[in-house]
Amino acid sequence: MHTVPLKLVTIVAEPVLEQRIAESLRRLGARGHTVTAAHGAGSRGMRASDPPGESVRIEVVVSAAVAERILDQVAANYFPNYAVIAFVTNIDVVRGEKYV
Amino acid sequence: MGEILRQNLLSPIALAFALGMLARVIRSEFQLPKDIYVGISIYLLLALGLHGGVELAHASFDAIVWPALATIFLGVLTPISSYLVLRRIGRFGVQDSAGIAAHYGSVSAVTFIAAQQFVKAMGAEPEGFMPTLLTLLESPGIHIALAIGAVQAGAGGRPLRETLHEVLTGRTMVLLVGGLVVGFLMGEKNWQAISVFYDTKGPVFKGALVLFLLEMGVVAGSRLGDLRKVGPFLLAFGILMPLLHGAIGAFIATLAGLSVGGATVLATMAASASYIAAPPAVRVTLPEANPTFYLTASLAITFPFNILAGIPIYYEIARLLHDK
Repeated sequence: MHTVPLKLVTIVAEPVLEQRIAESLRRLGARGHTVTAAHGAGSRGMRASDPPGESVRIEVVVSAAVAERILDQVAANYFPNYAVIAFVTNIDVVRGEKYV
Repeated sequence: MGEILRQNLLSPIALAFALGMLARVIRSEFQLPKDIYVGISIYLLLALGLHGGVELAHASFDAIVWPALATIFLGVLTPISSYLVLRRIGRFGVQDSAGIAAHYGSVSAVTFIAAQQFVKAMGAEPEGFMPTLLTLLESPGIHIALAIGAVQAGAGGRPLRETLHEVLTGRTMVLLVGGLVVGFLMGEKNWQAISVFYDTKGPVFKGALVLFLLEMGVVAGSRLGDLRKVGPFLLAFGILMPLLHGAIGAFIATLAGLSVGGATVLATMAASASYIAAPPAVRVTLPEANPTFYLTASLAITFPFNILAGIPIYYEIARLLHDK
């Protein structure tokens, strides 16, 4: 099957940030995203969610340029004060033209 | 006093809460599934609204006016007093002080329900419009504290307007205010048809409440480890501030003409700290405020204190004031 090399950006964040991150993904050029409920622990300790302790895992498939912009913005806006991690994975996507 | 404290500790609400905490202390894995927790909280809030609305329809405007004004006064007073104590005596930073004050200025609906159940068990039936007062107290405290924080610290987080929208459209406000309106409109006959399920004095409601308090015990219990991180000042604050606000609340409520039951419930509202509506609002508006401080204070100190000991104390204060 024909595949296209793209980037998968994964952001694990406090639930209060979900809506704001989703909006900025769109603005930065993503066509869609997937959110999964998650939970875990990290260096920041307690989360202000209901019930406390939940996280969200946001995944988005984008081009390398958009991935860069997303990571820059997440780092600038949320790393200083929020429990957020973000990373990029190289992936080969079916129907690659759908994402750029 | 000792006898009333003992009676409260042996109520199913307090015992279920203690069991939940114990489960966490002994590292049991047990926890209510998240969806069930959310489902029960929706049921409790809707029932509170519906039943409150039905009873509101029986209340006269004159009977409500002074208690409502008293509630709004308390809603303005408690965030400011909390902020000043935290900032001046506790030496907390602006954002931390305002973040914690937002929690103590707002109200915990579960603590409110526990107070209602307690005074009913004591035979001091509270006024039927108490849930209406609850809706008045939910939001002002959060906004006053956040506004103090935003002004003192300069803009940093999200605009207050967005937070206002979030709090007013949150689960608590929509279900409570919406339930009140529906209950008010539907009339006695329609209420009879559904009261078996939604009656806040009925067995279904009380049974669900026990399950919810069990889970709240688990949630509070899992925060006990953080008590060591917050320091002795916040520990004392989490108990003394509710006592102060509870005493002021009982006094103002009595002046406003509420019965012993109603005054106890309003005092408990003033003494309680929000842990559902306030945390996300504070998190996004005052991002530099440390969540460990405000969540531990409201959830692991003040909430257990009110459920296990505070409510009977406010009841005693209200009784003393009424005897005068």
